[in-house]
Amino acid sequence: MQDYPTHTISARGLFWKGFLDTLPYVLMVVPFGVLFGVIATEAGLPIAQVLGFSVTIIAGAAQFTAVSLMQDNAPTIVVILTALAVNLRMAMYSATLAPFLGGAPFWQKAFMAYGLFDLNFIMADTKFRQKTEWTSVQKAFYFSGTSLVIIVTWVLATYLGALGGQALPDWLELDFALPLSFVAMVAPTIRSLPHVAAAISSVVFALAFAPIPFGLGLLLAACIAMLIGAEVERRLVK
Amino acid sequence: MNYSDLTVWIIIAGIGAGSWALRFSFMGLLGDRVLPQWVMRHLRYTAVAIIPGLIAPMILLAPAGANAPDPARMAAAAVTLGVGVWSKNIFAALACGAAVFAVLLNVAS
Repeated sequence: MQDYPTHTISARGLFWKGFLDTLPYVLMVVPFGVLFGVIATEAGLPIAQVLGFSVTIIAGAAQFTAVSLMQDNAPTIVVILTALAVNLRMAMYSATLAPFLGGAPFWQKAFMAYGLFDLNFIMADTKFRQKTEWTSVQKAFYFSGTSLVIIVTWVLATYLGALGGQALPDWLELDFALPLSFVAMVAPTIRSLPHVAAAISSVVFALAFAPIPFGLGLLLAACIAMLIGAEVERRLVK
Repeated sequence: MNYSDLTVWIIIAGIGAGSWALRFSFMGLLGDRVLPQWVMRHLRYTAVAIIPGLIAPMILLAPAGANAPDPARMAAAAVTLGVGVWSKNIFAALACGAAVFAVLLNVAS
């Protein structure tokens, strides 16, 4: 995408820039959404409820967790709390983006929170650290553009999966699209020694803590990895 | 699965409301106040601290229905990582990794 002096771009222009920048990533969101539609439908949910999940929650990992617990007939409160534990990382994303987006009006923060996804978090986190000249209004409109693409894509992909997923051949291995996409997204952000240290710690501790239930092992691993990244940075600066 | 319609909707609404609250939390409550330097130093690493741990089990552990890790997945992930770190290009990395994965699957079957 062509970059031009951004102080001349209106908030509305930034909204569409965020929207267009996100469009290529639709390729990564679609397989995951389709897969949710397929699995939830095969689990026995009617299409209205399959869509209900995707419209209200907009978070792949939490939705998959909820449906798999429901297949085991887990108690309602366990299903809700476990899915929310899987989504706790969203609070960390919220804290990370707060310095960039926190100044936006309530309605816009409400919308951006609704459309905050792993994918546009990484996009925005990278972009906003580069575009320090953008005002907070510009950042908020850019992010809103990315959110809109994510929301629409996620819901439509789920719908496609629920309608016609059974027709998909198994060899597509749709479930691998997600991890591979995330590797591709994270790799370019590993640009310094502290990033390398944080990424390696994240993998090692996530595997070590994998037996801890409710996705809490991942959160613990993430906290340790952040501490290690920050500590390596501090020592390098000294 | 053995839930009433109402229960399923309660589950959906509960997770939906809770997820929104988690996402809104800091953005909504902190506003854009300037955070201390040491907090920002940690938040710089949020993405690289979470995402690798989130996906590592999907790549390095046995996939559903198998009892050993899948070498094709590990090779594809390694290629994607290498191309991504080197080229800084998300789509080049994904294309190379997906191509390796497709080739290995066809060779294996």
